[in-house]
Amino acid sequence: MSIWIWVAVAVVLVGWYLSWTAGRLDRLHARIDAARAALDAQLLRRSSAAQELAVSTLLDPASSILLYQASHAARTVEEDRREVAESELSQALRAVFAEPEQAGELGGLPGGAEAVADLRAATRRVPMARRFHNDSVRAARAVRRHRIVRLLRLAGHAPFPLAFEMDDEPPAAL
Amino acid sequence: MRIGIVCPYAWDVPGGVQFHVRDLAEHLIRLGHEVSVLAPADEDTPLPPYVVSAGRAVPVPYNGSVARLNFGFLSAARVRRWLHDGGFDVLHIHEPVTPSLSILACWAATGPIVATFHTSNPRSRAMIAAEPLMQPALEKISARIAVSEYARRTLVEHFGGDAVVIPNGVDVGFFADARSRPEWSGDTIGFVGRINEPRKGLPTLLEAMPRIVAERPGVRLIVAGKGDEEEALKGVPAEVRDRIEFLGMVSDEEKASLLRSVDLYVAPNTGGESFGIILVEAMSAGAPVLASDLDAFRQVLDGGAAGELFPVEDAGALAEAALLLLGDPERRAALSKAGSLHVQRFDWETVGADILSVYETVTTGAAAVVEDDRGSWRNRLGLARD
Repeated sequence: MSIWIWVAVAVVLVGWYLSWTAGRLDRLHARIDAARAALDAQLLRRSSAAQELAVSTLLDPASSILLYQASHAARTVEEDRREVAESELSQALRAVFAEPEQAGELGGLPGGAEAVADLRAATRRVPMARRFHNDSVRAARAVRRHRIVRLLRLAGHAPFPLAFEMDDEPPAAL
Repeated sequence: MRIGIVCPYAWDVPGGVQFHVRDLAEHLIRLGHEVSVLAPADEDTPLPPYVVSAGRAVPVPYNGSVARLNFGFLSAARVRRWLHDGGFDVLHIHEPVTPSLSILACWAATGPIVATFHTSNPRSRAMIAAEPLMQPALEKISARIAVSEYARRTLVEHFGGDAVVIPNGVDVGFFADARSRPEWSGDTIGFVGRINEPRKGLPTLLEAMPRIVAERPGVRLIVAGKGDEEEALKGVPAEVRDRIEFLGMVSDEEKASLLRSVDLYVAPNTGGESFGIILVEAMSAGAPVLASDLDAFRQVLDGGAAGELFPVEDAGALAEAALLLLGDPERRAALSKAGSLHVQRFDWETVGADILSVYETVTTGAAAVVEDDRGSWRNRLGLARD
């Protein structure tokens, strides 16, 4: 008789553990979704700020074309080439703001200070948002690697989370 | 924005984390945000209006010093009530890996959670054992902040993932504009820190003193900080004792004046530091800094460009470097100037803007912080009330 009590206790415990783990995974997936949305928002904010600056006629024509090209590509590229396009935008921004004088020069023009401030804020937040996103991806992967999670498919139909890899180094002089 | 901040250490005991939380809260309030800080405090401690007490903290030896921490059933209930009443947009917890309020708050809440990691301890046995227990709580943190590149590295080694580096803030102007006092200047060495805590390094400095006094008989060591003087001075020769002045616990204004007045500030800490706010304060006040060569200090001092470094716990090297600096006013003036330029990046204006960017990044599109009921039995059995 007592063996059945123990079996019942074990079943309840295992059930509780599985339900807790599934809840934990669910929360991790929700965190990834939120982090991904935040990253998308920051990337869009950055490419819009760059594009705005490119069409503002505040910059010289060569820089304007370079910046416009890169920011346009970052905004319109299909998803699987996005990391490359965003990295190219980072490189273009670093090239345009290579000289420390450039930001100061722009700041002196009418409307220039606001454009530079927008772009500066955006280039600083992209690396933050990306780190937070990749951190959540790492946490979810750690749980999904557990044998029991894989065996019982506790992750359901949620796609295996992928990190967002790009060059997000902001221009030093901005 | 409604911001809830959790400070794990007792509010009435001075310490780096407490000061950071206080300054951050006051900076955010000045910018027009609604801030509530949950911190342990004795019942009779006068608290600023933005602090909510989480009850009395219990002194426990932790991480090489006696920390006063909160844990247990009552504290958990207080944390839940505070979360419930606060309705925060973002929850900012400090030092989440100490067994205290922060981990309780992390456990009890769900929503946008930001965590700042202040200390960077080598991976301890307790940490390895506790990891599976803490991981589910730590997983809820949406953004991690490390106070230095060094702290970030240890954090990544311990828990994986990544963090952004935002240094601790200092009100540079407060220290730069402090009034210098003539009685504390003229061949003086300054030390600020709890005097009976070996980690703060006063023993190393006292060991170096006889040599410094022998060569410069007029030198004075001015020590500010809580602790038992007799115990600290055990074994120090009488002629050196005469050259040491203990101020006991000092106010912020006195500390600023002291840093502004001394000819040399010495930070002989032996380890367990991940940032070194006192170095930034000393540099803000224009004091030339001589510090032990800890990773964190090296970084705060810009690799040695904004202050001099000596090998950790090497009293001989400390004495030598101090004597060289005290005898060379030009070098001291150069260090003071380099320090004043370097500290701009630690000013609250810069640091506060970065922390707000983190808040905005994690709250974009996210719901507010609410109590986490998912783990409760009632919820699991479908009995939870809405």
